[in-house]
Amino acid sequence: MKKPDKTVIERRIVFLLLVLAVALPIILPLGLKTQSTPLTEQVYDLVNSLPAGAPVIISFDYDPSTITELQPMAEAVIEHAWRKGHKVIATAMWPQGPQVAEMAFNVVQARMEEKDPNARKLMYGVDYVNLGYKPGGMVTIQGMGRSMEAIFPTDITGLKYNKIPMLSPVRTLKDIRYVISLSAGDPGLRDWIMTANGKFNIPVAGGTTAVSAPGFLPYVNDQKQLHGLMGGLKAAAEYELLLGYEGTASLGMNPQSVAHVLILALILFGNIRAWKKRKADKLAQEAKHG
Amino acid sequence: MKRNIPLIVAFVSGVIILIAGFIPRDPFPRIESTLIDWFMIISSFAILLGQASLLRMNVTRVAEKAPNWQYHLAGLVSFGLMLVFGLLWGMEKTPGMLGQGQGIVEKLGMKPFDYLFENAFIPLSSTMFSLLAFYIASAAYRAFIIRNFESNLLMITAVIVMLGRTSFAPMLTGWIPESLSWLRLPELTNFIMQYPNTAAQRAILISAALGIVGASLRIILGIERSYLGGGK
Repeated sequence: MKKPDKTVIERRIVFLLLVLAVALPIILPLGLKTQSTPLTEQVYDLVNSLPAGAPVIISFDYDPSTITELQPMAEAVIEHAWRKGHKVIATAMWPQGPQVAEMAFNVVQARMEEKDPNARKLMYGVDYVNLGYKPGGMVTIQGMGRSMEAIFPTDITGLKYNKIPMLSPVRTLKDIRYVISLSAGDPGLRDWIMTANGKFNIPVAGGTTAVSAPGFLPYVNDQKQLHGLMGGLKAAAEYELLLGYEGTASLGMNPQSVAHVLILALILFGNIRAWKKRKADKLAQEAKHG
Repeated sequence: MKRNIPLIVAFVSGVIILIAGFIPRDPFPRIESTLIDWFMIISSFAILLGQASLLRMNVTRVAEKAPNWQYHLAGLVSFGLMLVFGLLWGMEKTPGMLGQGQGIVEKLGMKPFDYLFENAFIPLSSTMFSLLAFYIASAAYRAFIIRNFESNLLMITAVIVMLGRTSFAPMLTGWIPESLSWLRLPELTNFIMQYPNTAAQRAILISAALGIVGASLRIILGIERSYLGGGK
């Protein structure tokens, strides 16, 4: 049998270390605490600033591949909006968005009922609604600025727009008090910023994967193109912290933090090895040239 | 003719949308809204087209017994299953052709479409995305080597930001006195993200926006024709 070369063995060791770095903190949580940052606090403040009854849109612009980062964010934002009594309208610019929205609604509802069994049960069509998926990105949002009913004639159950009680005061996008887009790419947050905020002046906040967050930071400015930004699992954990509970994001920060430290250690190790190799090459060259 | 008609459609639509942006007076907003409706209808058809193309490509690969044809067959079976379950019993609150499927829901705990979505599609999608972590770890170990001033700078920034984004960051630098709090890892990370990163991102955004304006004008004026297909 052919013996695997050194690079393959090294790669396998790296993979094994990463598995351990992720698995061990899940099995034995380290109890690490996160700290909230101004960007997440801005999103929290936007939701917190509005009175009960305000119609709001949470747009589920992602699919299950990024659920680990974005679903805890969705759950935290929905819980906050419901605690404040906002009327949550779920929309989606990605085909799997309506399903992930339903999952988030179910989880938050169960959690809130568990926390306070005597609280009023949240009702579909009265406290929240799922309008489903629409293709078209920015153009669809422009259409919502003309008529919400024209874009979403029915919800995902097939119920007509004008028969849904909580939607009676919502004629166009201009009746919405804020939009939070949880976005894994295009179409997504950028379309909401450029159209809902740029054209209709609706406050827009967002949540993205950690890797795409830096690209949205220019929109968090004095003109408030973006009212705060949640980037990755850490921001979801921060939102959970602000709401005062430990959810999947807070727990997920344990393995993520250990994995980050492992990657840093690997970078350090790789550099030491490269430096040693360079030194050895230099010495060999000096010896060769006398 | 075959190429001229699409070019004329692109020119007229582009010019109307441009004018409507600057002159919000009738008839432009009306025409713009009609074009928006058309766009959404065409987008919906694009989904159907995508599905048809996916089906044709996979069927061809299976029929020709192309390398790894088994994966294409698995794709076809999954596609068919989800389609049939979705059509028959719907998903979540949406009813299907056979209604809400109470009997099946009692057995599975949810509709078959949702069952597969939650227990197969989500774990598989998340797994695919998680594999990135392994490649990043392996690449970081082999490729992230300091060779010159620029790579040194990149390395220092990466270390600060990566550590700053962990839950260890407050612990590691929490001891730094309040007067020097800007040296704490979370603060340093926020600074890097908010100023150097944002400045660079803004430059990229402005360049990209100018590029989009240029590309759009080329399409409207018929200079750029690659979207018509056909190679030349």
